[in-house]
Amino acid sequence: MDWINAIIQGVLLGGLYALFAAGLSLMFGVMRFVNIAHGDFIVMGAYGALLVVSLTGIHPLWTLVLVVPGMAALGYLGQRLLLNRTLGDDILPPLLVTFGFSIIIQNVLLELFSADSQKLQAGWIETASIPLAGGLSVGVMPLLIFASALAVIAGLQAFFYRTALGRVLRATSDDADTVRLMGADNANVFAIATAIASAVVGIAGVYLAIRTNFDPAVGPARLLYAFEAVIIGGLGNLWGTLAGGIILGVSQAIGAQIDPGYQILAGHLAFLIVLVLRPQGLFPKMKG
Amino acid sequence: MSERYQVHRSTRASRVAMSLFALVVLALAAAPWWAGRGDLRMLVEIFTYVGLAQMWGLLAGYGGLVSIGQQAFVGLGGYMLFALATFAGVPPLAALLLAGLIAALIAIPTALVAFRLQGAYFAIGTWVIAEVFRLGFAQASALGGGSGMSLPAGIVRDIAASAPAREALIYWLALGLALAAIGMVYLLLRSRWGLAMTAIRDSEPASESLGVETWRTKFVVYVATAGMTGLIGALIFLQKLRISPDAAFSVSDWTALVIFIVVIGGIGSIEGPIIGTIVFFALRELAADWGAWYMILLGGIAVATMLVAPRGIWGVISERWDLQLFPVRRRLVVTGAKADARA
Repeated sequence: MDWINAIIQGVLLGGLYALFAAGLSLMFGVMRFVNIAHGDFIVMGAYGALLVVSLTGIHPLWTLVLVVPGMAALGYLGQRLLLNRTLGDDILPPLLVTFGFSIIIQNVLLELFSADSQKLQAGWIETASIPLAGGLSVGVMPLLIFASALAVIAGLQAFFYRTALGRVLRATSDDADTVRLMGADNANVFAIATAIASAVVGIAGVYLAIRTNFDPAVGPARLLYAFEAVIIGGLGNLWGTLAGGIILGVSQAIGAQIDPGYQILAGHLAFLIVLVLRPQGLFPKMKG
Repeated sequence: MSERYQVHRSTRASRVAMSLFALVVLALAAAPWWAGRGDLRMLVEIFTYVGLAQMWGLLAGYGGLVSIGQQAFVGLGGYMLFALATFAGVPPLAALLLAGLIAALIAIPTALVAFRLQGAYFAIGTWVIAEVFRLGFAQASALGGGSGMSLPAGIVRDIAASAPAREALIYWLALGLALAAIGMVYLLLRSRWGLAMTAIRDSEPASESLGVETWRTKFVVYVATAGMTGLIGALIFLQKLRISPDAAFSVSDWTALVIFIVVIGGIGSIEGPIIGTIVFFALRELAADWGAWYMILLGGIAVATMLVAPRGIWGVISERWDLQLFPVRRRLVVTGAKADARA
């Protein structure tokens, strides 16, 4: 029964990892751009939520209303003013600039909030659980996070395939230069993609703050989880990313069940096994 | 009208620079007689960073392989040294060499996995692998688990009879490794591997179509730099006499700082990492007690460099005055062609 419980918890944790990963996947999809500071942006969202709660005293979940648009605006401006200047054939500039951001963000957060571990208290919703058969139960909060991941991915999917802007973003993914010939402004399109990705990062950050302890140095590990979920699932497939997140979460839960010291290691090893056996990921991009 | 071409590599500037370089090296080699113990320790640190920066710069600037996981080999080198000396009774200096060799051997399967990823994903993939090593060593209870281990006093005495003699020996080893790292990059770039690497960096498909074996070239460079990085790592922890997974596989100490050094100094040159290291240590002396602000400053300078002058300090200098101190490029000198040009 412990094992079944571990797997259920792992699946739910996978929802959080899919939220970490969706933004990364989206930015790579549209711009072929990998943000090394992605994990630190998530942590920034978490500290944003912490700041809002300590200033206003509202329930942590309500901080989504402020953090998500805030992160989206920050993402738009950051892409417009800085990151667009690094895009091109050379992979070094975007990689090294965002790596620099990663170190800067970690140290600014350290200076502002100290190295103390933080967590947001969400009250009854954190402890509430729904009993299942056989003495198992699932927490309401993990379930809510998982449902949010489903909603975010379904929303992104609908946006990409049902709206005019989504079509422009997909076309940019295929051939940015031709899209510009068709009258779209690449700089703006890229900034919009980053804004959407950053909004998802904001959601992930708030949930991170409620679900786990965090401090200024936990960003890189979130980047690695996000990256692993994307690669396990297969590039360019958002539902695959969800599956990748779940596989990662379940591997970690099984590892932790064997020995708490193996939790993170088991996740990394699952990723490496997929990379060796199926480098294109389990569910590479499908047509449609 | 007869035209004559000659291929030159050295220039007047490079010949002058090489003589100066030789003088500086001689002076540095004599440092145990003229420098204080604190200065020696700092110079050891400078040399190890010059070596690490050369290796990272070789991978990224010429091999097009941006790694955020070089701490894997620093840590492996350190741990192998400790394990060989403590459990197998290998003399410390032999253990140092073996540690570098083992790091290179472990780089072979690592490359087979990491090379399945390209570009930015390769960078994050190497980071994951380094984390696997860190978490793995934290589970190895024989090596002290998460809290690490110290080098037993008997082995420390094996390095050299007295503390000053040990410090001098470690100093010369560090100087030797830094020179070896510079020499390795220099010789590699002047060899056919160097030509192949430069071609790959400039265009992978084009070089492949011209018969450059891109995978094999990258693989050789990756394994060679891993070996040298492991050697340097072993020396770093031979000096520290203490190792732990978090210190050995620290991404900020062994990769982030190294990346900043290379970016600020100038990527894609031998001069850049040396200049970057000097700038880095000068800044550190100035801002030693700024804490987090120091890293923010360093990161800010690196980001600004990348946006404004992607070739770093040395890139600006060498472009402005057309300088090249380490002659790795070939120049075509045409003699007697002026008349033709006029005709």
